[in-house]
Amino acid sequence: MASIDYPLERPKVQEREFSFSEALYSWVATVDHKRLGLMYIVSALIFFVVAGIMATVIRAQLAFPNGHVVGPDTFNRLFTMHGTTMVFLVGMPMVAGFSNYLVPLMIGARDMAFPRLNAFGFWIFLFGGLLLYFSYIGGSGLSGTGSAPDVGWFAYAPLTSRAFSRGSSTDYWAIGVLVAGFGSIASAINVIATTACMRCPGMTLSRMPMFVWVMLVDSWMIVLVLPPLSAGQIMLLLDRYLGAHFFDTQAGGSAILWQHIFWIFGHPEVYILIFPAFAILSEVIPVFSRKPLFGRPAMVGAIVAIGFISMGVWAHHMFAVGMTAWSNTFFAAASMLVGIPTGIKIFNWTATMYGGKLRLDTPLLFCLGFLLQFLVAGLTGIMLAVAPFDWQLHDSYFVVAHFHFTLIGGLIFGLFAGMYYWFPKATGRLLSDKLGKWHFWLLCIGFNMTFIPLHFAGLLGMPRRIYTYMPGRGWESWNLVASIGVIFQIAGILCFVWNVLRSAKRGEVAGDDPWDGWTLEWATSSPPPEYNFEKLPVVRSSRPLWDLKHPQDPDWKYE
Amino acid sequence: MADLNVPIDALTMEREWKQPDRGTVGIIFLIITESSLFAIFVATYLIYIGKSLTGPYPKDVLDVPILATICLLSSSLTVYFAEHALAHGRLAAFKAWWLVTIALGLEFLTATGLEWKKLITEDHLTIRTNLFGSTFYSLVGLHASHVIVGMCFLLLVLFVTLFGFPIETQLRRVKFLSWYWHFVDAVWVIVFTVVYIIGR
Repeated sequence: MASIDYPLERPKVQEREFSFSEALYSWVATVDHKRLGLMYIVSALIFFVVAGIMATVIRAQLAFPNGHVVGPDTFNRLFTMHGTTMVFLVGMPMVAGFSNYLVPLMIGARDMAFPRLNAFGFWIFLFGGLLLYFSYIGGSGLSGTGSAPDVGWFAYAPLTSRAFSRGSSTDYWAIGVLVAGFGSIASAINVIATTACMRCPGMTLSRMPMFVWVMLVDSWMIVLVLPPLSAGQIMLLLDRYLGAHFFDTQAGGSAILWQHIFWIFGHPEVYILIFPAFAILSEVIPVFSRKPLFGRPAMVGAIVAIGFISMGVWAHHMFAVGMTAWSNTFFAAASMLVGIPTGIKIFNWTATMYGGKLRLDTPLLFCLGFLLQFLVAGLTGIMLAVAPFDWQLHDSYFVVAHFHFTLIGGLIFGLFAGMYYWFPKATGRLLSDKLGKWHFWLLCIGFNMTFIPLHFAGLLGMPRRIYTYMPGRGWESWNLVASIGVIFQIAGILCFVWNVLRSAKRGEVAGDDPWDGWTLEWATSSPPPEYNFEKLPVVRSSRPLWDLKHPQDPDWKYE
Repeated sequence: MADLNVPIDALTMEREWKQPDRGTVGIIFLIITESSLFAIFVATYLIYIGKSLTGPYPKDVLDVPILATICLLSSSLTVYFAEHALAHGRLAAFKAWWLVTIALGLEFLTATGLEWKKLITEDHLTIRTNLFGSTFYSLVGLHASHVIVGMCFLLLVLFVTLFGFPIETQLRRVKFLSWYWHFVDAVWVIVFTVVYIIGR
């Protein structure tokens, strides 16, 4: 690690111990982007564990044919809450959490553009999440009987109509997610305003860290596609409460319209979810390969292209509905088009590592896991974009395996890379690399053991969302192996939880810049003081800390 | 930079460093995200034109609200005059134009209220009557609720000004409010076209 004199002035950190009530007050009343970011990430991790437990029960039920762990009603609630939680209460707050914590630090700002709006976004998200979970207590009204929503995470009409969904559970789904969505929009507007207006002197768009670029495009997408979901949910609530007929086919309404509205949101949403992983990889891989990011302009172009194209592909979720041949052709072609910019990103990350001096620490291991698994997910994605192929496998376990490869093999692996990378910045202590490697290998083995077999179960015709199945269809062994894989995944996650709890108190002291990084967050102390930088830095290249550490050979000479 | 070996003077760079105002960016993106919300309701309205299985139908019950439309659109002009007067320190003119804006907005809301009253009591069209009722009340109602929100802020500015608050120090916020008001007007142009021209 290079020991250098930083021209940037070091901020002083307050050392006084706080009492419990003082500490609680300081967290609840905070408008500091770092604390809000951490609260987002911690609440997302708690929801992650809750939804993970649901997934475990699902896999236990499906491990053997004719399973009796839970009944069909409970099973429907489990997969609905698992999906809704993972998307809206884990993925979305992770987007907000990482961008909140890192964007101001990376662009050399003292806070987000609208700190109070930021606090509002977090608390309204948490309120939405708790409202959704309150359905377990009050889903059938406050008469003491509760039931969670059971309409699936995309809540297709007419399942959500009064006739098929009695009680209030669907309303909890609609209002909880609607409210959490407001939080996401608030946070996205904040990120855009921050990157547009708060960059430190010299931080032009072309010098802005790749992480910030990706989160900027991500926020653009949130601002554009979250409102369609809100609109759909408002219509749904009007249908349910005021007797409107938007999705009521008996009055001339259209159940397909809900699908369109949902997927106009829903497809860009999966890119919104995966973008933080793209952002994290673009920072971690260069630092751990000791090379600048390969093809930066192409990477920026690719991320913007993905953002654009992803808004015109939504109906590939609806091939089985029976659209016209022209619609099928258009959406199949558009969906395949996404493969091009995504391919650019995969190739550029690989090219960044090629010829680099790789440091195979935990963050890079998770990035490698991401690259291989996300590649598989991309390939099955291209397969599913072919409309006739999709007719065969729509709503089968092949689809389940595909999107779990993107969201666990891709997103979750990327997020873990980010957590190992920035944990020392947030806490001042390193996560144990040894436990981290256990975490990685257990999760990697368990994940692949669970989800590779599910591809084959899907190809053999196993539909998603069935609560059990009969023996003799060739699905038993695939399902059993998949369920055994869960044990490894749980062991991996336990390693991570133990690692975080242990390292936060007793981990190796990290210092300000444990990885010899190049972006501005490593220029301030760990953890950073509330004001981040005593004196705002001035930047001349896309790797400002490289310039400081190597005054004889700075980047700005070549950019 | 002619000679790349000379580092750019940090102080010069800090002095010349210009970025947009964060409030401006914030309000623009609020408008963008609201547009996206309206777009779905407008598209839904268009898709459902002529799909009602039972009456009453738009051509039987809808009257084109010409006066209300003129009022709302001209309020965009008056709010601009008010903002302009404030920017030039003419406080009396600001108050006058601001009052006119509020009066025009109230006239619009009253007209909408009377229209709905007629539709509900005379034509027996409610949100649950048919598909037309569902889409009509939700789209026009969504717009009207935005007018009400704008009206609340207009009234807030009026009251603090009347009670002696130095509103000229808040020129930036008044400008943002006027942008929001322009946006609400622009949405009305689309809603008007879709509901009263295409849909009738």
